[in-house]
Amino acid sequence: MSAIPRTRPSRQGQQQQWPKLAELAGQIKNGERSAVEVVEACIERAEAAEDYHGILKLEITAARERAEQIDQLVADGETEGVLLGVPFLAKDNFLTNGQAETTAASHMLETFTAPYQATAIEKLEAAGAIMLGKTNLDEFAHGSSTENSAFGSTKNPYDPQRVPGGSSGGSAAAVALNIVPFALGTDTGGSIRLPASFCGTVGYKPTYGLVSRFGVIAMASSTDVIGPLTRSSHDAGFVLDVLAGRDGRDSTTIAREETYHIGEPAELSGLRVGVIKEHMGEHVGRGMRSATWEKIKALERAGARVEEVELPHDSVALAIYYIIAPAEISSNLARYDGIKYGYYTSSADSLEETYLQSRGEGFGDEPIRRMLTGTFVLSSGYQEAYYKKAQKVRTLLRGDYETVFGTYDVLAGPMSPTTAFKLGEKGDPVAMYQSDDLAISANLAGIPSISLPAGEIDGLPFGLQLQAPAGRDKRLLDIAAAVEGVI
Amino acid sequence: MTRISRDDITKLGHLARIGISEEVAGTLAPQLEGILDYVAQLQEVDTEAIEATNQVTGLRDVWREDEVIPSHYSRAELLANAPATQDGYIQVRRVL
Repeated sequence: MSAIPRTRPSRQGQQQQWPKLAELAGQIKNGERSAVEVVEACIERAEAAEDYHGILKLEITAARERAEQIDQLVADGETEGVLLGVPFLAKDNFLTNGQAETTAASHMLETFTAPYQATAIEKLEAAGAIMLGKTNLDEFAHGSSTENSAFGSTKNPYDPQRVPGGSSGGSAAAVALNIVPFALGTDTGGSIRLPASFCGTVGYKPTYGLVSRFGVIAMASSTDVIGPLTRSSHDAGFVLDVLAGRDGRDSTTIAREETYHIGEPAELSGLRVGVIKEHMGEHVGRGMRSATWEKIKALERAGARVEEVELPHDSVALAIYYIIAPAEISSNLARYDGIKYGYYTSSADSLEETYLQSRGEGFGDEPIRRMLTGTFVLSSGYQEAYYKKAQKVRTLLRGDYETVFGTYDVLAGPMSPTTAFKLGEKGDPVAMYQSDDLAISANLAGIPSISLPAGEIDGLPFGLQLQAPAGRDKRLLDIAAAVEGVI
Repeated sequence: MTRISRDDITKLGHLARIGISEEVAGTLAPQLEGILDYVAQLQEVDTEAIEATNQVTGLRDVWREDEVIPSHYSRAELLANAPATQDGYIQVRRVL
């Protein structure tokens, strides 16, 4: 089970974990706790953990008002909503129309007030959950450490000298610090699961298309997904059940399964587990490999049939991603033009100068690197050799998965090559990109993947990654719940 | 390997409408070269007769009824984020 962060703010109560989401909502409904009390506890914890800089902005007034309303509803006997009174935080690339700006942690959107809300936020609020505020991220979700935030790095709850992972680092840190019972993140190339593994929380990346992205700031549209960071796979399933399903405002959404609530965990005995060979090679730290094998042995002891499997094109997954993602980024970020909204330069005297200056000054280094890379791989003369080539190799990678999922129920391996690294350690862009080496295949294939807290290596948490075929989210969650019980 | 010069960066910046100073272009050039060098490993993969993946859902032509859906956003709210407006329109600087 998940460990409690070693380095904690001194204020009492900080260490106390929230009960499971269903239980917490139940306590609020039966009057055992008030929503106001829960919201106040979250605010207190957030303030006590300010030094970690996981949160960009709290919506204190709105959250208090909503909590009071909910307590009144409960007093009147109205207790609808599976998340009634449960507070959460959202990564600051979800559009929210409260007091807080939606910034994507970029100067480009520093003053942007969203006129509408993301479907994910609307669904959670409709289920009774209370939006408490917005968490830090790498600018426009471009990064693996949250160091690319224009508003300062988030620190790892286990060691403030280290990164929380990224790009959903603020959400992961907030859940690890028990500020809120759950938080939302986005995962384009590992951005939920990597920080989950670095901070010792559960991180869930659903099947591509399962959760509406309406109102979420687009990064790479062919891999962007939304998912929860939680304390358990039960809670991940609980949140996913609220979020999943078709949305008329996002035509890429797919049909949902009946439920994502975990009832009985899956039977591990006889479960066919494939250990991804390419995720256990020399590029993965020795400590990480042996710690992961230990956990896999535990699955074997529980009766799982474990074998090594090969995904031959997994070794080039990161290269595929760093062509396709920048290409899509350069297209998606074209909308920030300094005219409709966002940062603009008042000194520009022509339309073109407005574009050049506003974008040059508003964006930070990493978005600029990615837009330029994307522009290069899409430019005439290079498109065939880079972009088209990457799309074809992506087909081969998807084929690899199809083959192994013919034989195995679930694939397993480490979530990341190492545990959390030090702030400032990875100055070279490619070295930073390689942190997501083991996460990215799932994004390219569009399959669900979960990072489960699997213990610690030298005092730092690490995650066990499980992957399942597209559309089998419920099955993956059931398996995760069983795995959680034995690792 | 693909060589990227400062001029290439400035040119790409112009294509992407991102103003980049000489100095920054000097930093970005070797970084972009490093990224392109890294992704070049794909050239060794045989993709003869392989179809490109554009998307993974398999969804095609998602239709909806041709019905008017009333918007609950006010014009003022939508214009509030624009740096310059006039008479309810977004103002742009001269084009030519």
